[in-house]
Amino acid sequence: MTWELAFLQALNGLQYGLLLFLLAAGLTLVLGIMNFVNLAHASLYMLGAYLGASAFAGSGSFLIAGAAAVFGTLAIGLAVERTTLLAFYARDHLDQVLATFGLLLFFNELVRVIWGPQSMYMRPPDGFTGTVSLFGALYPSYRFLVIVAGLAVALGMYLLIHYTRIGMLIRAGASNARMVSVLGVNIRLLNTLLFGMGAALAGLAGLMAAPILAVQPGMGDNVLIVVLVVIVIGGIGSIRGAFFGALIVGVVDTVGRTYLPLALRQVAERTIADAAGPALASMLIFLFMAVVLAFRPQGLFPARR
Amino acid sequence: MKRLKLLAFGAAMLLCAGAGAQQPIKIGFIGVFSGPQGSLGQDMYDAFMLVVERNGGRLGGAPVEVLREDSQLKPEVANQIVDKLIEKDRVSIIAGVTFSHVMMAIYNKVVGAEVFLVGSNASPSPIAGAQCSPFYFQTGVQNDQRAEATGKYAADKGYKRVYAMAPNYQAGKDFVNGFKRLYKQGLLEEVYTPLNQLDFQAELAQLAAVNPDAVFVFYPGGLGVQFVRQWRQSGLAGRIPLLSSATIDAMNLNALQEAAVGVVHGSPWGPDFDNPANRRFMADFEKRYGRIPSEYAAMSYDSAQLLDSAIGKVKGNVADKKAFQAALKAAEFQSIRGKFRFNHNQLPIQDFYVFGIGKDAKGRYVHQTTAKVLTDHQDAYHSQCPMK
Repeated sequence: MTWELAFLQALNGLQYGLLLFLLAAGLTLVLGIMNFVNLAHASLYMLGAYLGASAFAGSGSFLIAGAAAVFGTLAIGLAVERTTLLAFYARDHLDQVLATFGLLLFFNELVRVIWGPQSMYMRPPDGFTGTVSLFGALYPSYRFLVIVAGLAVALGMYLLIHYTRIGMLIRAGASNARMVSVLGVNIRLLNTLLFGMGAALAGLAGLMAAPILAVQPGMGDNVLIVVLVVIVIGGIGSIRGAFFGALIVGVVDTVGRTYLPLALRQVAERTIADAAGPALASMLIFLFMAVVLAFRPQGLFPARR
Repeated sequence: MKRLKLLAFGAAMLLCAGAGAQQPIKIGFIGVFSGPQGSLGQDMYDAFMLVVERNGGRLGGAPVEVLREDSQLKPEVANQIVDKLIEKDRVSIIAGVTFSHVMMAIYNKVVGAEVFLVGSNASPSPIAGAQCSPFYFQTGVQNDQRAEATGKYAADKGYKRVYAMAPNYQAGKDFVNGFKRLYKQGLLEEVYTPLNQLDFQAELAQLAAVNPDAVFVFYPGGLGVQFVRQWRQSGLAGRIPLLSSATIDAMNLNALQEAAVGVVHGSPWGPDFDNPANRRFMADFEKRYGRIPSEYAAMSYDSAQLLDSAIGKVKGNVADKKAFQAALKAAEFQSIRGKFRFNHNQLPIQDFYVFGIGKDAKGRYVHQTTAKVLTDHQDAYHSQCPMK
């Protein structure tokens, strides 16, 4: 194994992790701060991909596609929040899961009706179709763009939460929502803002994933499971946890997928290793989550209260 | 009482009327018509109906009624459909059938009921070999064979270090085994990815690091689009030859466009085959549906042509099962593959080719024949079939 390959696989893990972070950030805010379980987050991701891919196909401009994905999901997210989810804030988690799971099915069917059952494919923006040379290693340039965008969003969120008034209110709301509302802050408006931010991030994640993955009905369902793992590992309600949790999951999954079958060959027969390797690799992040839950149930990077 | 008599009389009248007109031969067409794989079933159904519509709703001169049934890619749904088709609709023939696990779920029930199963897509090894049946015919190819053609091509080309990738399920392993069967050398590496995995970047980095002479892949449907696009984005296209089977078809070529150029593809049929039957098929299909048919549509078209010839031979009397089986086995129709005949296990003996991707006269990306690699090729399992 050369350093070049290890470097490329680290980048792959980072890229996957950052994509997960965009999704996990929104979900963890809503879950940790508003205490609301929103499975329909996966639908917002899917809608972001569809809106972005359609806008890109129509206009040919990645910026317009980005605007369509981010503002489109923001609008849809807010509309859903106002019309449906608002009624479930005070209900228990099971009701919330049922309601948002219903929404998930509804949106999967809706995109099937609008865009058809076939997958849509979005090409990367011009100039990002080839590879870039990073310290001599060739890396797909679009994936590099995903890494840059993901890091920029992470930095932006860090600054927003720690150095702005809104960020302060969000942190205060997370610690004691009632006290914040007693102090004259419209906590409901703050929640809506938070929800909208999560929706826009999910839409952005959908757009960024669209040129790499197939845009198809139900594309968010599998990712949602991994995102929930990220949140559990990172600690519920913690943006920092979502960031590091996503990176850990991204790297563990990538390294596990590529090196576990090879490593197993050292200890077992090749046929057994080839059969068990991929199966074990796909379980790796869940095993990791189980270990974290057993030894640190609050997550590796819990929100500071 | 009077009303009851009237009803009985009416029923009797209806029965007589039914007996008077010629009963259509009922054919159940089973495919996946919904979900991401739905286009495959639709393409096959459209090609089948092209023959039926051209003959004015008849096959072999007899009126036919085709019942289109969606298995939804679920074996248990397919099972219920078969129960309905056999017991309620009383079909004589079941055609189509996509996906091997669906085929395996319904196979024993259909041939056990002595209903003719004329498949044109899914063709798993057990029913080509030990479980073959006089009631089962296949106009497509045995699952392993497309990969065998690609494997033969790799051996002919003299590639020494070949790397293989496929999804981790039965067909993925069948294709890699098929490739190895005629490549006749060990592979550098075999990588199986989970069936629901859409991102292959990590595996591609691993692959690029060992720099093989050639890569063989089987990624059907949407997976093929994903894989080939990521292959290109990684800068591997043009550096390492990419050999494939059932990965690039007419449907996902629309999504891939120029990204598919340079990929080698093994198959028994291509849209550019220059024989009268194929020219007619290509022209009629495009005129009727406005798109280029896939190789799966082509196999389905041949199944309709086969039924047309066989029903004609028995003059519409498909109830004479012995005669109808002999008529099917004779396969006296003009295949769009040029020549076509059945082996003793009732799977085709046919030639295989490799194809590249290029532009046709209208500037669309299509498969173009590169070379014939196998002549009169039989499937690897026919010797296990006890039928003579």
